[in-house]
This record gives sequence, structure tokens and C-alpha cells, in this order.
Amino acid sequence: MSSNYEDRNRGGYDSDDDGDRRPMGGRGGGRRMHRRRVCRFCIDKVDLIDFKDVRLLQNYLPERGKILPRRISGTCATHQRMLAEAIKRARNIALLPYTTD
Amino acid sequence: MDTKRQYEVVFIVDPTADEEVPKLTESFSQIITDQGGTVTKAETMGKRQLAYEILHHKDGTFVLLEIEGSGREIAELERRMRVNDRVLRYITVRVDEDRRRAEKLKARRARKAAKRPERGGSSSQRRGPAMEFAEASSE
Repeated sequence: MSSNYEDRNRGGYDSDDDGDRRPMGGRGGGRRMHRRRVCRFCIDKVDLIDFKDVRLLQNYLPERGKILPRRISGTCATHQRMLAEAIKRARNIALLPYTTD
Repeated sequence: MDTKRQYEVVFIVDPTADEEVPKLTESFSQIITDQGGTVTKAETMGKRQLAYEILHHKDGTFVLLEIEGSGREIAELERRMRVNDRVLRYITVRVDEDRRRAEKLKARRARKAAKRPERGGSSSQRRGPAMEFAEASSE
């Protein structure tokens, strides 16, 4: 399905939302501090996280190479699960590191 | 029930054997078709740096195969890749179930959006203007 696993942007912001999330206020990616954290994937309506999409996954892999916890990224449980799975697959085929030092 | 399964296979080829990539891809595709599966997509993702060394290689050529079949051909393919020195690593992911799930979610979202085009409201009733879209709510 994805051809260019390097450059691929996630689906843009659609007009309607599903109700329970509130994408008002600051943009989606409020991390650090205690800004309102909203799941980026929910906003972008991502149903499938591809393990070949290195660009995307790298955002959730800080310097040390560990998976960014959702308490920091604000990702919802469903998407965090998908994300973690994708990252682990990507690590397996050396698209992403297990550790960096 | 549909018994066809979809798989994504990614494998990494030894960068020193770059010329062999098309040949390898071809022979793997052949294995799949011999076993009764179909290759829906074969794509070379190009040479890429590895995130960590595999057998002292710092980079490799990534190839993606999308396969449809019963699962038998995957076993054979993996066996072949395991014994092939050119293949540094491979991964097989079954994707049909996740894709179906994604489709379902998408369909549900579309249905929801059709029911209440207005933003924000959680109850689908009490919205007068939405009546124009009543024909969509019949499903």
C-alpha cells in the first residue's frame, strides 16, 4: 500500500471530528509542560500504522531509542499499541535502532 | 469465509550483492507462485543504512513483497530466505486483518459523518438542520 516509505505525510486535518476528543486549544502535539495533550493519530484519523513509515515512527523514538510513553506524547491507548507494534517491527528489520548510545 | 490472507514481506539483501536483487526478487516471486500464492506487489525500496549492524553490514537493500495466499507459501519462502546468504534479514507481517479493521473503522466514520455533519454535538438528535441528510441515516 505505501510505496514511498520515506516521505509520506499522514492524512491532513479533516473537517469533522468524532466527538469525544477535543482538538480545540493548542495544536495536537502539545508535549512537555502540561498543555492539553491530544492523540495525533486520532486527529489525523489513522487506522493503520505502517512499520515501514520510518519518518513517522522516529517522532516517537527519543534519543535513547526507547518508545516514547503515552503519558508524554498524549497518544491514546489504541494508537499507542499500534505504534509500539510498528516500532518493534521496524526494529526487527533494522529500520530503527533498539538502542542508541 | 474468504481464506486468502495478505502478507507483507520485507527482506534485506547484502549490499555487496546489489546486482542480484532483481534476480532474488524474481526467484522468490517464483516460489510464491509455485506454491499457489500471488505476488501483488514487488518493490525495491532501495539501499538504506541499517539502524544497527547485521553480520558486519552497515547498509542493505530493502525489498518489499506483497503476497496473497493461504500461508503455506510463506513457510516455503521463509525457509528459502533463511538459507540464502544474501538475505541479511526478513520480516513477514500478516496485514489482511488489520486492513479489514481499518476499513471498518473508516466506514463507520463515514456513516457517522453522514449522520451528523455538524461539528461537536454528541447526540445525533435535536439538530434540526440535519434533517436534510436524513436519507443517509437510513442505513
